Parts: sequence; structure tokens; C-alpha cells
Amino acid sequence: MNSELLLLWSDYLAVSLTVWLILIVLSMYLGRSQAHQLISSTTGALRTLFRLIARSFNQLARRLSNRNKEIILSQGREAVERKVEREFHRVNTLVKKDLSGYPAAQRKINDAIERIEEDFSNSIEAPPLPPSWIEGVETIAKTAKAADPTVVLILENINQSLGKAQKDALDEYRKVSQGRHDALKNMLPTWRNVSQQLSEINKNVDGIENQAKVIDKHMEEYESIRNKDESAVRKLLSSSATQLFISGLVLIIAILGGFINFQLIALPMSEMVGGTSQLGPMKTADVAAMVIIMVEIAMGLFLMESLRITHLFPVISSMDDKMRKRMLIITLSILTILAGFEASLAYMRDLLALDREALTQSLSGSEIITAEFRWIPSIGQMVIGFILPFTLAFIAIPLESFVQSFRTVVGALFCQFLQIIDVLCRMTGNIIHRCGHILIRLYDLLIFIPLVVEEQFNHTKRASKHEKKRVKENEIQVPVLTEEKLS
Amino acid sequence: MKELLFISVVILVFMISGCSVEKPKTKAVYMLLDTSGTYTKELDKAQKIINYLLATLNSGDSLAVARIDSGSFSEKDIVSKVTFDIRPSVVSEQKRSFKRGIDNFVSGVKGSPYTDITGGVLQATEFLNETQADEKIILVFSDLKEDLVKGHVRDFSIPLVDIQVVALNVTKLRSDNVDPRHYLNRVSKWQERINQGGGTWSVLNDLERLDRLIAG
Repeated sequence: MNSELLLLWSDYLAVSLTVWLILIVLSMYLGRSQAHQLISSTTGALRTLFRLIARSFNQLARRLSNRNKEIILSQGREAVERKVEREFHRVNTLVKKDLSGYPAAQRKINDAIERIEEDFSNSIEAPPLPPSWIEGVETIAKTAKAADPTVVLILENINQSLGKAQKDALDEYRKVSQGRHDALKNMLPTWRNVSQQLSEINKNVDGIENQAKVIDKHMEEYESIRNKDESAVRKLLSSSATQLFISGLVLIIAILGGFINFQLIALPMSEMVGGTSQLGPMKTADVAAMVIIMVEIAMGLFLMESLRITHLFPVISSMDDKMRKRMLIITLSILTILAGFEASLAYMRDLLALDREALTQSLSGSEIITAEFRWIPSIGQMVIGFILPFTLAFIAIPLESFVQSFRTVVGALFCQFLQIIDVLCRMTGNIIHRCGHILIRLYDLLIFIPLVVEEQFNHTKRASKHEKKRVKENEIQVPVLTEEKLS
Repeated sequence: MKELLFISVVILVFMISGCSVEKPKTKAVYMLLDTSGTYTKELDKAQKIINYLLATLNSGDSLAVARIDSGSFSEKDIVSKVTFDIRPSVVSEQKRSFKRGIDNFVSGVKGSPYTDITGGVLQATEFLNETQADEKIILVFSDLKEDLVKGHVRDFSIPLVDIQVVALNVTKLRSDNVDPRHYLNRVSKWQERINQGGGTWSVLNDLERLDRLIAG
């Protein structure tokens, strides 16, 4: 059929093909403007469509970005509020603990100061009386050499009495001075006590000052979040990414712990629920072991919630203290019971493993070997079985961080993804538009022969027209010139 | 929020539909031991195979060992049989008990003058069908040389639908060495009978490859 169509015009393929080519080119030439319009309108419509899609993605990205921003700021605000609250609590504790003893310390200091004043007043040195009689004695001493020997004797006696009195006075003075020195010496421990009390007060005041600085810092952060600063948003987002990474890592560790736990209790579980039944593709014993682990995790979540460490369940957080305390006791009791149950299952697993090992040895015909210190791994398994449920309870903390940070980080990533789609859509629209231009050029390239002919024809036509116009102009100009010349 | 709810409901529906209680695939193995003539000397190998089966089979599986003697279509020829309990601790005890029974049998076995393999296979079919196991296997530990008591009728088709028959340790007789076609004819004759009955046939002389049969 195709060959018949090809050879429609002639038995010679080349001739027939040439006729076909001429016909195609001719028809393409005739429908050129329509084809151009079709290509332009199609590519234009596609471009518009892609631009519209891009715009919708852009709007969606913007909305999502705003929503993410709100969430991040809200989370950040809550976190800072919690921090500030904690710092105030610390300050309160500090004030209660340290500054409650301030009146006592003040009294002590006042007492010490009084004692110091008293000691100081006792230690004031009384100035010795001025020796007014010295001049009289000097006068008598000058006249004494020429006087009567009896007088001399009397004077010598006086001299001796005076010397003795002076010595006594000196001794008395030394004694009193010693007393004063003792009083000053007594002041030393009191001074030290005062100094110690003051340094303690100083330390406490410094502590409060440091806490105040920390609170100031948090308040600045809070202000920045309230003002919706971009820097605060970036900081919170970066913090969320770090939180996501760390909590993810801790969750992986917890999952591994859960896997170990599962291994400990899966085999003995088959003693209870049977080793043959299955739930879907899994053994019922395995499902039961997983359920036990899940229940432990759930109890851990409730426990952490009751302790107000996490805030995943607002219902529990908003309970009154009495109810919360009851819930705490109940969850802790269930967790302890489950831990005991797991410890016994772990021991049972050890027994079953030992039994199986002995049976295998017996079936293989080898001698049954009883390992020494076999009780050590048995106890180890029991201890692990008891501890792991409590360890899994703490999964609530990284889980909360993971959930919160996951929301923000994934939101931000999705926003970026939408923006990339927006750019790609715009780019695709532009490329299609450019492709339309290229297609038009290609179309023209295929029919270049008739186009060249057309151009040549037009050129000739234009040239002849121009020539005619020029001749006409010349014809008009000649009579004017003649007339001018004539005039 | 609505989308999240919808996705949660879909996941829940899938989980519930996937959580239907299923019965795991169980196996039932019936092993026939040829106790005729000199073949009793091969029973220590059979003992090892039984031990291997005991180590491999799990809760819910069934195992029976029966002797092939002059008239094997009888429950009296079943040496030991067990269906393993769902509790692992009980399974271990059942395996121990089974092993003791086999050990006692092997130590006190007496050779039978005739070999009624067909009767043994029929008995095995009955046992296996009663177990309603998903996978049914008859292990024939014999040289496949049937020697019937005069008057016993065994030349009929044995119903063996969904049963896999495996001939183990098919020893070559002295006459087989003179003319190996005897051996080949013997094996092909059994293959034909088993296939006619709707079962599948295979020969396993290398006992090291038994794991492929049981594990597969």
C-alpha cells in the first residue's frame, strides 16, 4: 500500500518522490501562516498553562512557608517561655534558700560590729598626764648642790621615791597597753566573721545577678520571636534540624533496644500463645511480643506525661495534680509488672534455649556438654529483661522532639520542593515557548525554496515599483523645472 | 486533617484485612524402614535421617516411622508417630521420647522374610491424609525390591494425590551389578506407580542433600 502510494506519480521512485516532495513543500508553503499560528498558539497556551501551574505552586509554597513560620515561632515561643519560667523558678529557689537567711546574717553582722565598736572603744589609749611637777623638781635639783647636806639627803629620798613612783606608773601603763592590745586581738575573729558573712551575701547576690542575665538573654530571644524576626526563624529552624537529627539518632538506638527486647521475649511467648498460629505473615507469638513492647512504650509515654516531662497529650497535662499523681502511680505499677513479666520471660527463654541445645546435641549424637557459669548469662538476661522496659519508657522524650522537629523540618523541605517545582514549571513553559520559535524556523527551513522564490519575486516587484515611482517622480519634476526655467 | 483521617482509615482497613488468622504451612513426614534381610544393617543411616527430621520439624508438624515387613498395611507396623505440640518445651520432650522409641526399635529389630513396600505406602497415605498437613512426604528407606507373601494382592494404583514420595538410600543389589537394567527398571517401575497414583517421585541416594527436601 505504501509503495503504491510512493509510486503514485511515476514508476520511477526518484521521480515519484520528487513529485511528492514538491507537493508537500507546496502545500506547506500554502498553509504556512496557518501552521505558524498553530505552533505559536499551542506553545503559547502551554507556556501560559505552565506559568499558571508555577504560580499555584508558588502560592502554595508561600502559604506553607507562612504556616511553617507560624509553627516554628509558636514552638520557639513556648520553648523560651518554658526556659524563662524555669529560670524564674531557679531564682525563686535561690532567693528562698539563700536570702531567707539574710536577716539572721544581718543580725550577726550587727552584733559583730557592736562587738568591734566595744573592743575598739576599750582599746583607745589614754594619754599620760603632762608632768607639771618636772619644772619644780628641776629647780630644786639645781639648788640642791649648794644646800644643806640634810636637805640633800631629803632630796635624794624624794628622788628615790619619785623614781619608784615613775617605775610603778610605767608598769601600770604597760599593763593597760597590754589589755588594749588584747582587746584589739579579740577583734580579729569578729572581723573575719563579718568578712565571711559579707562575702557569702556577695556570692548570693552575684548568683542572682547571673540568673538575671540569663533571664535577660531569654527575654531578648523572646522579644525577637515576638517581633517575628527572620534571624529568629532561621535560628529556630536550624535548631529544629539539629533536634530532628539528635532525636532521630536516639530513636534508632531505642528501636535497637526494642529489637533486643523483642528477641528476649518472642521465643517464650510461643509457650503461651502457641508456636503455630499466625497473624497475617507474622507468628502470633511475635505479634504478642511486639504488643507487650508497644504497651511498655505506651506506659512510658503516659509516665513521662504524668511527670510533665513531655507534652504530647494535653489531656494528661491539664489533669489536676491529684489525678496526675494517681496516673503516675498506675503507669509506674503497670510498667514494673511488665518489667517483672519480661524478666521471667527472659529466664524462660534461657531455659528453652538450653533445652533445645541439649536436644540438638542429643540428636546429633554428640556428647552433652554442660557449660560452667551458665547462671551468669541467665541472670544477665533477666536483668536486661527487667531494665529494658524502663529504658524504653524514656523513648517519650526523643519522640516528642522528633515529632515537633519533624513537622517543621519536613514542612520547610516541602516548601523548598514546591519552590523547585515552581522554577521547573516556569522553565518548562519558557522552553516550550522557545521550541515554538524553533519549530517555526524549521518549518520555514523545509519550504525555503518557495520562500526564496517569493522573496525574489517580492524584491523584483518592489524594485519595479520603485522604478516606476522614480520615473513618475521624474516625469512630474521635469515640467516644474521647465516652468521655473521659463519663468 | 481530613486527608490524614482518610489515610489513617485506609491503613487501618489494610491492617485489619492483613491480620486474618492464618494457619502456617505444616509438614507431615512418614518414613518407611525396610527391615528385610541384609537391609537391617542400613538402619543406622535411617536413624541419622530420623534424628535430622526431629531436629528440623517444628510445632504442628507430624512424623511417623513404620517398618516394612511381610504385611505392612497395618497400624502395628508403625514404630512411632507424633504430631508436635504448639509449645516449644513440649515439642522438645516429644522429640526426646520419639528418639528413645526409635533407638529401642533399631537395637532390637529382627529381619522380616518378605518386603511389602506397597502396603507400607498405603498405610503412609492413610496417615498423611489424616494429618491434613499442607505438605505430605513419604520417605521410603529401602532397596525398592518388593517381595510379597503368596496371595497378597498389591498390583493396583495407589492414591497419592499431593503426596511426595522419596526413595532414600536405594542400594544396588548383587544382581543389579550384573545387569544394571534391573536397578533402573525397579526404580522406573516405582516412579510409574507413584505418578499413576497422582504423587511425585524422586530418588535421593546422597543423604547430605536431605536438607533440600525438608527445608524446601
